[in-house]
Amino acid sequence: MSTLAPAEVEIDEPRSADEVEHDRPWIVIVWNDPINLMSYVTLVFQKLFGYDKSKATKLMLQVHNEGKAVVSSGTREKAEYDVARLHAHGLWATMRQD
Amino acid sequence: MLERPRIDRAPGGGVRLRLPREERALLRALPAQLRSLLDEAPEDPSLERLFPPAYDDAESESEYRALMGDELLDGRRRALRVVEETLDEDRLTAEQAQAWLTALNDLRLVLGTRLDVRDDTLLGGLSPRDPRAPELAVYAYLSWLQEQLVEALEVDLPEVT
Repeated sequence: MSTLAPAEVEIDEPRSADEVEHDRPWIVIVWNDPINLMSYVTLVFQKLFGYDKSKATKLMLQVHNEGKAVVSSGTREKAEYDVARLHAHGLWATMRQD
Repeated sequence: MLERPRIDRAPGGGVRLRLPREERALLRALPAQLRSLLDEAPEDPSLERLFPPAYDDAESESEYRALMGDELLDGRRRALRVVEETLDEDRLTAEQAQAWLTALNDLRLVLGTRLDVRDDTLLGGLSPRDPRAPELAVYAYLSWLQEQLVEALEVDLPEVT
């Protein structure tokens, strides 16, 4: 942002470790498992995250081929909400801070 | 022999059910079995996959469990109940069909965990000498049914291009 007022010297106050810690986003990971059907996993990604079929399929294949995929990220609250919805649908989901 | 599909999309929304009597009997028995497992043996290892941990660290995990555990359990019970209540219908609303999807998946998760199903378990067909064969057949049947349900529901989702 620009201002015509005499510039005040901005001091970048060092942020506490806690604050920095707090800002790091949380990621939601879905892990591969041999039981959930590929078509079902794709449908769940579409339904929960509003992804279109091609994005949902790509994510499902990443889970299947690489063993896991990051399916969403954000605040801790959002990640926990997403994990719970994935758990309700029987997917193997975990969360951690990025 | 080509089996007629049991579930397909109903014109006007929801899905059509065409279950022979013996399959309805099986689908009546399974939710009751899972419910009694949830009630009487919540620590049973075959239920592990229904309640995976969200967090690595124990403290956050126990908070998550305290916050979400009951709701997740209730959702599963509700889905089982819907299957039992609608088994004899020839049509399911979209909402009932979603409950079926959850219940079928939960039954497969528990059965599949108990049978230690792997990616290639059913590829070679069922061996008559495998003691797991009867339960694997049930597992395969539920998978077949769920595949049909997914296909019937898929077209309900808006396609974003």
